[in-house]
Amino acid sequence: MKDFPFLLIILLLPILGAIVVGSMKGASAATVKLVALAFTLVEFALVVALWIAFKAGAPGFQYSLSAEWIPALGLNFSVGVDGVSLVMIALIALLLPIVLGASWEEKLPAGRTIGGYFALLLVLESTMIAVFAATDVLVFYFAFELMLIPMYFLIGAFGGPARTYAATKFFLYSLFGGLMMLASVIGLYVVSKDYLPGGKGTLDWATLRGIAHQIPVSTQLWIFAGFAIAFAIKAPLFPLHGWLPDAGAEAPVGSGTLVVGVLDKVGTFGFLRICLPLLPAASTKLAWLIITLSVIGIFYGGILAAGQNDLKRFVTYTSIAHFGFIAMGVFAFSTQAMTGAIFYMVAHGLATGLLFLVVGMLTQRGGSRLVADYGGVWKVAPILGGMFLIGSLATIALPGTSSFIAEFLVLLGTFSTIPAWASVATVGIVVAAVYMLWIFQRTMTGPVRGSAVLMDPVPTLVPVHSGAGTPAGAGSASVGPAEPAGTHPDSQAEAHSVVHAHAPRPRARFGDLNAREILVLTPLVALIVLLGVYPKPVLDVINPAAVGIISDSGHSDPSPTIQGAGK
Amino acid sequence: MSALHIVNQAAAPVINAIAGPKIDFTVIMPILIMLGAACAGVLVEALLPRRSRYATQVVLTIGAILAAGVWTFFYGFKQRYAVTFAGSVAVDQATYVTWGVLLVLALASVMLMADRISEPGGAFIAQAAPAAVLARRARTGTITPMQTEVFPLTLFAISGMLVFPASADLITLFVGLEVLSLPLYLLCGLARRRRLISQEAAVKYFLLGAFASAILLYGIALLYGYAGSLRLADIATASQAGGRGDVLLLAGMALLVVGLLFKGSVGPFHTWTPDVYQGAPTPVTAFMAACTKVAAFSTMLRVFYSAFAPSVWDWKGTLWGVAIASMLIGAVLGITQSEIKRMLAYSSVAHAGFMLLGVLALSENGMTGTFFYLLTYGFATIGALALVTLVRNADGEATQVSQWAGLAKKSPVVAALMTIFLLSFAGIPLTSGFIGKLTIFSAAMESGMGSLVVVAMIATAITAFFYLKIVVLMYFADPLPDGPSVTVPGGLTFTVVAACGLVTVALGVVPSVVIDMMAVQLPLLS
Repeated sequence: MKDFPFLLIILLLPILGAIVVGSMKGASAATVKLVALAFTLVEFALVVALWIAFKAGAPGFQYSLSAEWIPALGLNFSVGVDGVSLVMIALIALLLPIVLGASWEEKLPAGRTIGGYFALLLVLESTMIAVFAATDVLVFYFAFELMLIPMYFLIGAFGGPARTYAATKFFLYSLFGGLMMLASVIGLYVVSKDYLPGGKGTLDWATLRGIAHQIPVSTQLWIFAGFAIAFAIKAPLFPLHGWLPDAGAEAPVGSGTLVVGVLDKVGTFGFLRICLPLLPAASTKLAWLIITLSVIGIFYGGILAAGQNDLKRFVTYTSIAHFGFIAMGVFAFSTQAMTGAIFYMVAHGLATGLLFLVVGMLTQRGGSRLVADYGGVWKVAPILGGMFLIGSLATIALPGTSSFIAEFLVLLGTFSTIPAWASVATVGIVVAAVYMLWIFQRTMTGPVRGSAVLMDPVPTLVPVHSGAGTPAGAGSASVGPAEPAGTHPDSQAEAHSVVHAHAPRPRARFGDLNAREILVLTPLVALIVLLGVYPKPVLDVINPAAVGIISDSGHSDPSPTIQGAGK
Repeated sequence: MSALHIVNQAAAPVINAIAGPKIDFTVIMPILIMLGAACAGVLVEALLPRRSRYATQVVLTIGAILAAGVWTFFYGFKQRYAVTFAGSVAVDQATYVTWGVLLVLALASVMLMADRISEPGGAFIAQAAPAAVLARRARTGTITPMQTEVFPLTLFAISGMLVFPASADLITLFVGLEVLSLPLYLLCGLARRRRLISQEAAVKYFLLGAFASAILLYGIALLYGYAGSLRLADIATASQAGGRGDVLLLAGMALLVVGLLFKGSVGPFHTWTPDVYQGAPTPVTAFMAACTKVAAFSTMLRVFYSAFAPSVWDWKGTLWGVAIASMLIGAVLGITQSEIKRMLAYSSVAHAGFMLLGVLALSENGMTGTFFYLLTYGFATIGALALVTLVRNADGEATQVSQWAGLAKKSPVVAALMTIFLLSFAGIPLTSGFIGKLTIFSAAMESGMGSLVVVAMIATAITAFFYLKIVVLMYFADPLPDGPSVTVPGGLTFTVVAACGLVTVALGVVPSVVIDMMAVQLPLLS
């Protein structure tokens, strides 16, 4: 079992799947979708096997593979997994079949095929796994940049109305960050020549970690700056977050889920995989900066989330708020906070993934992304409302959900090293409750209302061709009722009477979740609750890795280990 | 009697002293092959009947380039290095690498020039003299095949490009420069379509090029005044020894380098580039963008490494400024362009700035990096311009960026290949452009140019914006109703495009072999 090249297969299988799916030109859409789903399920099974065979707590990387790549520059292609990368890879492998399932009946822009969409998602899966599995800084950089290309096309070719703008913004932000990082990667390579025998440079992670403490602080600070810009854009931290709301809102539901669920974690993962162990002195020295930005992000994201009138943008702003917690946990330099931050990466992927998918299902039904167009959905679609509630509660980090464990550990761990910031950040939880419950109240509770929920009260006034009967005729939702209302003053009065719930029984434009959608969301709900009650299996894997990162970064814990890790 | 005797006695040693220098014909054979083929090409034009000229010229040109290439590779691997022609031509490792890169890129460019299917009759006008009037008639009437003088002209240009970076003294350098430049001025004016803009390009290039040559020559004169010798090695020795006025050295060097920077279209000496790239027939644009750059930058490498390395502290700051200016000018002005060829021209100015970093590194890695970058950039540029020749409407090539809207729907292959080339320019991993940037920037960083590398990264991000603009248009925009169509490429163009695409990806995935081949050891022979 140990010699089985698990990791290589896991890396290549989605690519193979993409090739197969992409080349199935003549096949029916249903076959293509099933084949793609089969690939992601096999991939998930492989990752589960990888997890089972994984020896938690064993030092170093497991399943390591290494091959010479550019010997002239001393560069290798090497991959491996430790606790952090294992949980992230598991999250990716879990989310992919869910995302495919949620995108089963995705309404794509004209001229795009579902096969192309699924093939790009599979390519994205491969590159994302490669980022987390890289044990060579250059391989990490490669995967980091390559991830952009499928994501760019996923947003730009398959997204909403402003998709081109969003895709370009996403690409330019990320590319700029990537290039700053490349400067630092090269810097690290050049610096490594001074500390290695024979003056031969390397980008091998383990070797670099060995010499990390010899590199002078001034040099480290420059290298750190480049990496930090790239990761802060990716994460995203406060002043560099501008791309996320657009990318998240315009991306189709499936890839949007991956943007907020996984892609963002690459930033925080980069901090704890590259910045802390390889540039310990600089990380310590600049921790205050990152933590300040994180705390700003917690409030900034929270306040802006509360003010959003677009449901998908709302989810992305909640994401920015949560990334504040994660980044703070990473730079608090205590094992508890670190474990919490890593666990938060998983918990946030589950919670936000669920929330984003539910919001996607809702907006697809209503044909509008505006909060104001919805109201009283719970009465119309109770299961959808319930799922939204679970997602909301997980986002608020209510006890019993996985996010609670994560947020609690982060705050506890941060309190032991920097109590002031931890106290301030705790207030952020209140903000989270405000924006989350408020949006729940506005969209889900109360009388059934809103142009996206209600069928036009007088159906005969609506021209037949406008498709008032179809649930998600995009754009018709807001325009459709307005037009006849303007021409017939009577109908306007009637519409108002419906809004005030005097009409006997308002007719909704859409129904509840169907079996496929429930099936897709169930694993996320189950895991949120399961990990909220019994986090041990994940914490057991994460904790040794967190201990390793803390000791690599030259810090020691104020309090020895975590009780919650279930030793 | 005795007087005669004396004369005889005196004459004998004099004759011995000016006996011709020993010439190592083996090492300069690639130059001789190209020059010989060029002369033969002229004879073909004069002697063969019109109908058989095209085939003969194509075979002759491609054959000559292949022969010279094989020779270069063979003796390059055998490490047959020498300084010959009385110390005026240095053939060493760097020369062989330059020649190899040059000939490979020249082969691709010449194949583009020879294609007569994409543009019926070829990209070149049948008669260069007339202006727009006759060209308009040619569009309605029968198509006269292209002028075949382009092949010997190209061969002469390539010969000059081979001599240029191999020159170990400044006069040879000047001769090489002129031999490569004069045919290029002519080639620029030979476009079949848009005659006026083509002729304008030729005149502009000629006038500015002549000025640049004059400036370069003046620099040579000043350097001779400084060192008392034209050989690069002697200039280095003189500046090392010191004790002479540095004004002559620095002024001479400045003028010389301006001439070289002009040829390499490094900003702020780039002003000819957009006009000439736009006006010249597209295959010639490809030839200039790829091969002239190789020649100019390899010559810069040789001049800096052989002659000016000892005085590095005097000129470093200025050239850092030039590199920054070039990167930023190319990147920023590129954003504003709406014409693809002009956009690629500004992109080439930005890339010239990146390559200058490799030159300024003054290290073995810098040299290798520059060569590798030249190769990758050359292939991507030729590939991109070859695709430009394929996207056409009734008036010829559709070079407005807006006309490329929705191209991915009409021709996914052309759009995908263009995307690969543009991603390579932007330095995205798994394309050759990334490895090029990696090698050149790591060399620059090693030589303490970290701040320049950061500027280069910012410039790259800016250039990525306009590369991306094309990708966005091709993939995400709807095609124009009267938009251009994609011509079925001729066999030659097809081969070139396929090869460029393949090389761009292959060098991005497995660059090792080529990097090893290009590993140059210092010092250079001189």
